[in-house]
Amino acid sequence: MVAITLENLAHSYHPDPQSEGDFALKEVNHTWEDGRAYALLGPSGCGKTTLLNIMSGLLQPTRGRILFGDTDATALSTAQRNIAQVFQFPVVYDTMSVGQNLAFPLRNRGLDPQYIAGRVERIAQMIGLDGHLQQKARGLTADLKQKISLGRGLVREDVNAILFDEPLTVIDPHMKWELRTQLKSLHREFGLTMVYVTHDQTEALTFAEKVVVMHDGMIVQIGTPQELFETPAHVFVGYFIGSPGMNFVPVTVEGAKAHTHGHIAELAHDYGKPSGEVVLGVRPEFLRLTKGDGLPVRIERVQDAGRQKVIRATLFDTEINIVADAGVVIEADMTNVTFDPAKASIFCDDWRIEGRATSSIKANIKANITGTGAGQTS
Amino acid sequence: MQKPVNQRAWILVLPVVALVAFSSLIPMMTVVNYSFQDSFGGNDFFWVGLEWYRELLRSERLWDALGRQLLFSFIILMIEIPLGILVALAMPKKGWLASLCLVLMALPLLIPYNVVGTIWQVFGRADIGLLGRVLTDLGISYNYAQNAFDAWVTVIAMDVWHWTSLVALLSYAGLRSIPSAYYQAAKIDQASRWSVFRYIELPKMRGVLVIAVLLRFMDSFMIYTEPFVLTGGGPGNATTFLSIDLVKMALGQFDLGPAAAFSLMYFLVILLISYVFYTVMVTIDKDEAAQ
Repeated sequence: MVAITLENLAHSYHPDPQSEGDFALKEVNHTWEDGRAYALLGPSGCGKTTLLNIMSGLLQPTRGRILFGDTDATALSTAQRNIAQVFQFPVVYDTMSVGQNLAFPLRNRGLDPQYIAGRVERIAQMIGLDGHLQQKARGLTADLKQKISLGRGLVREDVNAILFDEPLTVIDPHMKWELRTQLKSLHREFGLTMVYVTHDQTEALTFAEKVVVMHDGMIVQIGTPQELFETPAHVFVGYFIGSPGMNFVPVTVEGAKAHTHGHIAELAHDYGKPSGEVVLGVRPEFLRLTKGDGLPVRIERVQDAGRQKVIRATLFDTEINIVADAGVVIEADMTNVTFDPAKASIFCDDWRIEGRATSSIKANIKANITGTGAGQTS
Repeated sequence: MQKPVNQRAWILVLPVVALVAFSSLIPMMTVVNYSFQDSFGGNDFFWVGLEWYRELLRSERLWDALGRQLLFSFIILMIEIPLGILVALAMPKKGWLASLCLVLMALPLLIPYNVVGTIWQVFGRADIGLLGRVLTDLGISYNYAQNAFDAWVTVIAMDVWHWTSLVALLSYAGLRSIPSAYYQAAKIDQASRWSVFRYIELPKMRGVLVIAVLLRFMDSFMIYTEPFVLTGGGPGNATTFLSIDLVKMALGQFDLGPAAAFSLMYFLVILLISYVFYTVMVTIDKDEAAQ
């Protein structure tokens, strides 16, 4: 098992790409470290599947290289790369039994039948298919079929990584949780590199140690779920992660103060005088309604979302959301909103900018945009 | 919940029943009537009971024709189905070439049956036909009008030329409906080309192939026009299939009674095959719905 490095990787479906816009996948530099669980998160059409298919070798990149450890794997075929992939819709070989399905990749490699039988038995037990081995794969439910797809990847001992392309799309909601938990424990057990593509943030945040957020063919941020939540590197991450997403208010920033409509909000850092389109971003969870402190808002409506209340309000001419605990009483004279300056971010032309610490507190937040780390062979 | 049954709806079906009665039921009853009677002309009929049926079931003529019919259907299925699948697999997947192929494949299907017969009749003639002339010049003795084997080869080649594209088009439609993820998964599993065909393409084409087999079987079982134009059922009776024999009996010899009995038995066989066809289709639908 090895680390997989993407070097200046870009892909276009046009035969002769001219401009940046022709690329479904813009230049990507990233290392998937060996044995980690990643989620590749982004909306439909942002290039996730393209990236995945390039890694598994189903697609040849227009530009750039893929390294497995230190060896260039760009020209290698799918089979030579030893990558397993689980697709959005369960792929099973209809006419075979579950056991034959699991044995198929091993049989194609011409392995010893006795070894295959043992291996299939073991994997089936691990993923909970041992009771179904003799059954025809065709009649099974979607979640069992998806387990077969996964099992066909796991039976191969030489597999470098397992790629999941939105594998839970067709699974019933109550089974999703169970399968995801099982995936996590399988990850711990096998120590395989896993890359999980999804557009569902809950899925991404619960599955992965590191989440890679893609937007418009680009990787905009790589980080732990907490980093994505607290210090989004791009307005898209702020908007896409969280429910509801981050609030953005157009401001002008001077030093550690944000000006908007004649009001001033204190910031935790000194940003100098950024030029360009500057917005202040604060998560709805970090906003608080007050009676007099902070910026003036008009409350439009309050939605009860179980444990929380989502308050929709207008701050000057921007619509914002405020999340409060269900127990918070909203009074008629709560006409202002404040936020914790340490939890606010400033974005300039869509990208988060770092400020210098105003006093003794040093910003220890680092936006981790490009992955580093050379490949290592196991 | 039980839906209320409204029997008055039957009234709406009456016009159709009347139409079908005039076009099919009454003529068929006439045939049934003929099959139990004998006539020496002049519209005089004598009751003979099951005599014609008994006679026909004992006659070699009917069994020979049925044997030829079954052999013919078997041979063309054995050729057209694999060939159609091979053609479908070889067809381009997209682009203008795919469209061109589809149009070319559809052409033989659009030619009227008797024209197909005429084309091959001329094509195979040893004096002026391209095929016949070339074969003769190559020193191969070939004469579909006199040699039974040559006649069979020609009739089969004609049917294959005429109908393989139907099998190919159906198979092509079946192949196109396979999601690309299956091929990608097969690549990842290191499946050979044969395995891809055996475990992905063939199972996914099962539905359309059953339709293709049954359509081709039914159609070849009723074949009339093309061999009639090409050989007229000859040489001798070599290419006299059931329908040709029936027409000979009814209109050539004007044996109304035996021909009526013959056509009723023929009809029952077709009915039986249709029933099998229907049952198989329904089972497949159920199977696919269960997936």
